[in-house]
Amino acid sequence: MATPASARYDSIVIGAGHNGLVCAALLARTGRSVLVLEASAQVGGAAVTREFAPGFRVSAGAHLLHLMPADLKGELKLEAHGLEWAAQRLETTALLADAPPLKLDQGAAAQTGLSAADTQAYAKYSARMRRFAAALAPLFARPPPRLGTTAWGDRLALLSIGWQIRRLGRRDMRELLRIGGMNVYDLLQEHFESAALKGALGFDAVLGANFGVRSPGTVLTLLYRLAAESAAGNAGFSQPRGGMGALCNALAQAAQAAGAVIRTGAKVNGILVEDDRAGGVVLESGERAFARNVISNADPKTTFLELLGARHLDTGFVRRVKHLRARGLAAKLHLALNRAPRFTGLTESAQRGRLLVAPSLEHIERAYNHAKYGEVSAAPAMEVTVPSMNDSALAPPGQHVLSAIVQYAPYALKEGWESGRQRLVGAALETLERAAPGLRDSVIAAELLTPADMEQEFRISGGHWHHVDLAFDQILMVRPVPGAAQYSTPVDGLYLCGAGCHPGGGVMGVAGRNAALQVLRTSP
Amino acid sequence: MSESPATHFTQPLQKTPFHERARALSQVDSFIAWAGYTTVDVFTTAEQEYFAIRNACTLYDLTPMVKYRIAGRDALAYLNRLVTRDVAKLKPDRVAYCVWCNDAGHLIDDGTIFRLGESQYRLCTAERQIDWLLDSSIGFDVEISEVTEQVAALSLQGPTSCAVLKAAGLQGVEKLRMFEIGHFALQGRALTVSRTGFTGDLGYELWMEPEQAEEIWDALMAAGRSRGIRAIGSQALNIARIEAGFLSPNVDFVSAEHTIRTGRDRSPLELGLGWLVDFEKGHFTGRRALKNELQRGPRRRLVGLDIAGNKPAHNALLYADERGRREVGSVSSAVWSPTCKRNIALAMVDAPHFKIGATVWAEIYLSRELVWERRMSRALVVERPFFAPERRRATPPADT
Repeated sequence: MATPASARYDSIVIGAGHNGLVCAALLARTGRSVLVLEASAQVGGAAVTREFAPGFRVSAGAHLLHLMPADLKGELKLEAHGLEWAAQRLETTALLADAPPLKLDQGAAAQTGLSAADTQAYAKYSARMRRFAAALAPLFARPPPRLGTTAWGDRLALLSIGWQIRRLGRRDMRELLRIGGMNVYDLLQEHFESAALKGALGFDAVLGANFGVRSPGTVLTLLYRLAAESAAGNAGFSQPRGGMGALCNALAQAAQAAGAVIRTGAKVNGILVEDDRAGGVVLESGERAFARNVISNADPKTTFLELLGARHLDTGFVRRVKHLRARGLAAKLHLALNRAPRFTGLTESAQRGRLLVAPSLEHIERAYNHAKYGEVSAAPAMEVTVPSMNDSALAPPGQHVLSAIVQYAPYALKEGWESGRQRLVGAALETLERAAPGLRDSVIAAELLTPADMEQEFRISGGHWHHVDLAFDQILMVRPVPGAAQYSTPVDGLYLCGAGCHPGGGVMGVAGRNAALQVLRTSP
Repeated sequence: MSESPATHFTQPLQKTPFHERARALSQVDSFIAWAGYTTVDVFTTAEQEYFAIRNACTLYDLTPMVKYRIAGRDALAYLNRLVTRDVAKLKPDRVAYCVWCNDAGHLIDDGTIFRLGESQYRLCTAERQIDWLLDSSIGFDVEISEVTEQVAALSLQGPTSCAVLKAAGLQGVEKLRMFEIGHFALQGRALTVSRTGFTGDLGYELWMEPEQAEEIWDALMAAGRSRGIRAIGSQALNIARIEAGFLSPNVDFVSAEHTIRTGRDRSPLELGLGWLVDFEKGHFTGRRALKNELQRGPRRRLVGLDIAGNKPAHNALLYADERGRREVGSVSSAVWSPTCKRNIALAMVDAPHFKIGATVWAEIYLSRELVWERRMSRALVVERPFFAPERRRATPPADT
């Protein structure tokens, strides 16, 4: 197909996920011509709201927003571009099998349902973890420094990390270094008596990760999550009106208002390389589009091994990309309910919030054991929301939508997802039924998105919502792999901006912002 | 491969198909391990064998050379991404010397690529490489298999080697040009001949099925009797290869996959193999790093040295000054060249001392009946190869 001469952009963004849209908006705001190409019919990538049963709509991926920095939301004027909140600062409550639910509130001086010792320990623990998180938070706002270079920028960044940690003071620094390599099971055992509290706190360390609570490095993943929340301003969990898709629609509007062109239904099949420089893309239709910079919102494996192709890369680099651990372990369960679920013992505001099914650390670890051997968890751990409680437009009048993250659901299930799907839905329903008697009878329709489904629907190799596991060897300056950890890649003109980059996924938008900064810096 | 993977360790060193013949000729019982095989280091004396390379004709058992079959739709694209040279220029029935690098542009190994068909190649290497070769195949439609044990190989080198092959009945072998492959029959047995070698002299390498190895050895020995044919071991070959200026892995460089200390890797530019690097052919592993290195300028280079005196400068440190205050490199291979009558060496020398004509000083230690003497010998940086007779490329070769 002939390409009009005008179709040469400053930057082409492959994929209109939230990071791609953030990146496009920030670049367009500087006056650059930006084209965003999205394979699906709507923008958002995995952060979409879509119908899963007639009249029932739900956020297909993440269902709560808690990591997007306030300054980024402000910078892009998302509220002016149509973003409204269905609810903000949602409560978190742990659902327990044979005890009243446990409300988790870090700020509260007195917790209900906890012993005096636990109440005291919880306040101390929360305060200390918040201090650690605040010390680590500056890591999120910029491209990670490179190791082993003589560049002053890298040295300063490394020094400032060291300084932030040193500034914690001797006791805290010692404690941070002590717990940094531990597993979260051991850490929580040191602090608390209550199994319910430990389960609820431990679940945050493994949510969306290929870990059980006894896996090495899970304190790090917990600190990482808390630091991301701290970097986002500790604004708590919120729910955009219209689901996560509405956030992406606002991002898309912000990008378009800044001058970016967004095309949906435009699947990119390959990245064009000329003279060792990325110079455009070829679409499934055969159409070509050209630009000085190509920025991929796709996951690293898809970007490098499929869109670009190994032949443009060195063997060692390809080997590292190939060996990335990028298989999802979290499934998404969507239920259409013909009436409001009634969770035993929950207050009205708790029902609107975030509900955890992780009654003990042992429960999570046992659920993980199955996954280690390629099986679905017999009793899964879950993060549950009923978004229609806050946003009635998501379901027909009087009816409701339940959205749950279900762990663990291994990407490569031994028995195959044909039969495994029924098994996991059954196990999840059984658990929910115990917490909300009668819920099972109110189910009109159920949808389970397994990692394999997410791979198909959202074009994420492995179906991992962070694209690539967040773990000690896949974060910061080695995320996704050395040689591509500063958003630029070995191929000039090709950048990454997705969740596979520092600092990861979870509807943060920071990877997209950092990538835009890197493009502005390296391709003036 | 061994018959059973579970018992291979009971026989640490394998025997090549020529082993019985070699053992019968061995007078000093000097065998060494080479890539998992036992092979001859010296049959009689290294000097005697060396002079046969330069003045007559020699047989050397090349079977342990690691061989890979590379075939498939993307074989060419694969090889071009693997090695630094443009394999697209390699025509069928031709051989190319090449090197391959890691991402940092540091040498992993050198070897030869034989183009045996439209999209069928054989890669011969010193070290086993299957891990790197397979990782390099991610994204390519190519089949890679090791065929070391399926192919027996002999190197026939020396001024009378062509005449010996003709006498053995290989009609038309004299038409083979350097790096060309020919297909012949010897006493009814298929024999592939390439005009290649590691001596810098006229010579051929012969590739055959292991079952026919002994018959072909016998036929060559019979045909070469009047032309001074002699079986040689690795020591004699080593003298010839230094004269020819060829690099030996783990002697003149260490594979970048094996180095532990930083700064011990070597790039092809540093090893004087820049002529093998084609920046215009498209991407290959290490290209971006080598391009940077080219812009930065070389920090050190492998050079030939002509050293005063007659004592080989084995492992000598090199200095910029005679008093030995500034170290500028070290010798990796050294030998008294019997043909050139020069004391030669291959050495890695820091910038700017590697320029042709520059002088450095070699610190040589001599044992005089267990009393050690230190000698600082003037060493001149000279062109390689040290010895390159016209006959190595003359086609047809003189009928000797």
